[in-house]
Amino acid sequence: MRRLFQGGAVLVGVTVIAFALLHLAPGGPLAMYTLTTSMGAEDLARISHELGLDQPLPVQYARWATNLVRGDWGRSYRDSRPVLVDIADRLPGTVELMLASLLLAIGIGVAVGILGALRRYSIFDYLATTGAMVSLSIPTFWFGLMMIFVFSVSLGWIPSGDMYSLGRPFSLLDRLHHLVGPVTVLGLVLVAPWSRYTRSGMLEVLYQDYVRTARAKGVPAPRVVVQHALRNALIPLLTLAGVQLPMLFGGALVTETVFSWPGMGRFFVDSLGYRDYPVLMGILIFTAILVILGNLLADLLYAVVDPRIRFG
Amino acid sequence: MDAVSARAAVRVLGRARGRKVSPAVARFTRHRLAILGSVAVVVLLLTAIFAPDIAPRNPLYIDLVVRFTPPLHGSFVLGTDPLGRDLLSRLIYAGRISLTVGFSAMLVSAVVGTAVGTLAAFRGGAVDGFFMRVTDVGFSLPSIFLLLLLAAFISPSVVSITLIIGLTSWMATARLVRGQILTVLKLDFIEAARAGGASDLRLVLRHLLPNSTAPVVVAATLNVADAILAESYVSFLGYGIQPPLASWGNMLNNAQSYFVSAPWLAVFPGLMITLAVTSINFIGDGLRDALDPRLKI
Repeated sequence: MRRLFQGGAVLVGVTVIAFALLHLAPGGPLAMYTLTTSMGAEDLARISHELGLDQPLPVQYARWATNLVRGDWGRSYRDSRPVLVDIADRLPGTVELMLASLLLAIGIGVAVGILGALRRYSIFDYLATTGAMVSLSIPTFWFGLMMIFVFSVSLGWIPSGDMYSLGRPFSLLDRLHHLVGPVTVLGLVLVAPWSRYTRSGMLEVLYQDYVRTARAKGVPAPRVVVQHALRNALIPLLTLAGVQLPMLFGGALVTETVFSWPGMGRFFVDSLGYRDYPVLMGILIFTAILVILGNLLADLLYAVVDPRIRFG
Repeated sequence: MDAVSARAAVRVLGRARGRKVSPAVARFTRHRLAILGSVAVVVLLLTAIFAPDIAPRNPLYIDLVVRFTPPLHGSFVLGTDPLGRDLLSRLIYAGRISLTVGFSAMLVSAVVGTAVGTLAAFRGGAVDGFFMRVTDVGFSLPSIFLLLLLAAFISPSVVSITLIIGLTSWMATARLVRGQILTVLKLDFIEAARAGGASDLRLVLRHLLPNSTAPVVVAATLNVADAILAESYVSFLGYGIQPPLASWGNMLNNAQSYFVSAPWLAVFPGLMITLAVTSINFIGDGLRDALDPRLKI
């Protein structure tokens, strides 16, 4: 309950920041009209009045926030469609990309982490730890560019962008083919923390008495690792999924831009160029809601899976 | 403790006794990658500082006749860009900008983070609650979104980009410092200092801050790496350092259009970013082990 309240407070903070940020910034939402010379001063005043921009900021915020709660997130200045509809259009693309990348990252990261823990200080462990560090240091967009250069431009193995081939009937294979590039890139961003935390989590668990007992009573080694050790090592990692969410959104923004993937991130970058305030604020707040909910969910699951945790 | 780390511990002890090296330095030098990273960073810093002496050409000199010269062609070691500017010279000068932004942004975030963390822990109550909620807000927004928004609306320059990056990345430091100071505050010597009549300011400056340098130094090092990355993202997307000034990020801005004709334009700046960021991250890792073995981020 307290967590819920905190989440709410954070959300209010986010909306205030989003609002202040975009309205106090120079340029202003009328910039795109003032650049059109055919607009006279009275036209500008009229538009400004119609958009409600001539009222004091707190009034604007209050009105905007009430509308927000009611589900009216305003209309895009660019295509004058409701912001929520615009976001909803792009959401599936982003979710598809993020889920696929997260699954890939967890799969590889956990496997590498287990192997690293079992063969601690081996060459594999050393390479994996070093590789994890390097993967955290490569700029995502550059890795994407290199992927496109090697596998699309030079080898022609994967498409260089978009979600599906235009003008062709829907096919799952085609969709998956388009996913390969972006998912590899976004997955790489996420994999290092998973392997690192799995490794240290496994190391903590592997030397505990109950694992030794299981070994001693003759449980086969793979079963000890998976059933006894891994289950307990993975519990703390639940929160990692929550903590990683902002990283996931940030990575998705860059990946989508490089691979011209029709998702929320690219929409955000596009809207920046148009100073499309309602859309920018909408995406910012929408992301924050998802992040807060994700963290809340991770915490709750944590308490469900591990009965030792209780919320006060 | 298993055999390997026991042996390492013995080795460290032996070395420390033999040559009077402090244990922290010994632990750091045991990290071969951290040493390698430090060497790389020193080289990068030196090239950046002495850029005018090292760069073979003027990085801004446009010569359309030699545009798109591939690497190792004529006197152009790394080739030229679409305007015929020497890529190597541009990379060297770009390092100046990228590293300056990285290190200055780290300073900003370290100062703000330490101040906020100290204040929150020391004052407690409502102040603590307020600052920690602000930190939560920061953590629930993907930083790249915030960075892009700010960078798009404030006219971009080296100073403004540095400030934007610094002011959006102090949250982790603030949390660390707060935690550290809360631990130190419970210790007996603080009680003693208070009993001895130390003022709040003296308590903070003489007792609390010196005891939280380890996490700050580690976090600050990792912040440099993150700041360099952040600058490259924002510049790559066109909202960061503006041409003709070169940064490693903005050199990649148009590279995608020349994939077929001039792939070297996309390869080298990215390699430089990766080299710099990896090196700094390795240093951070080594420092973490050296300064505070218990510290885990």
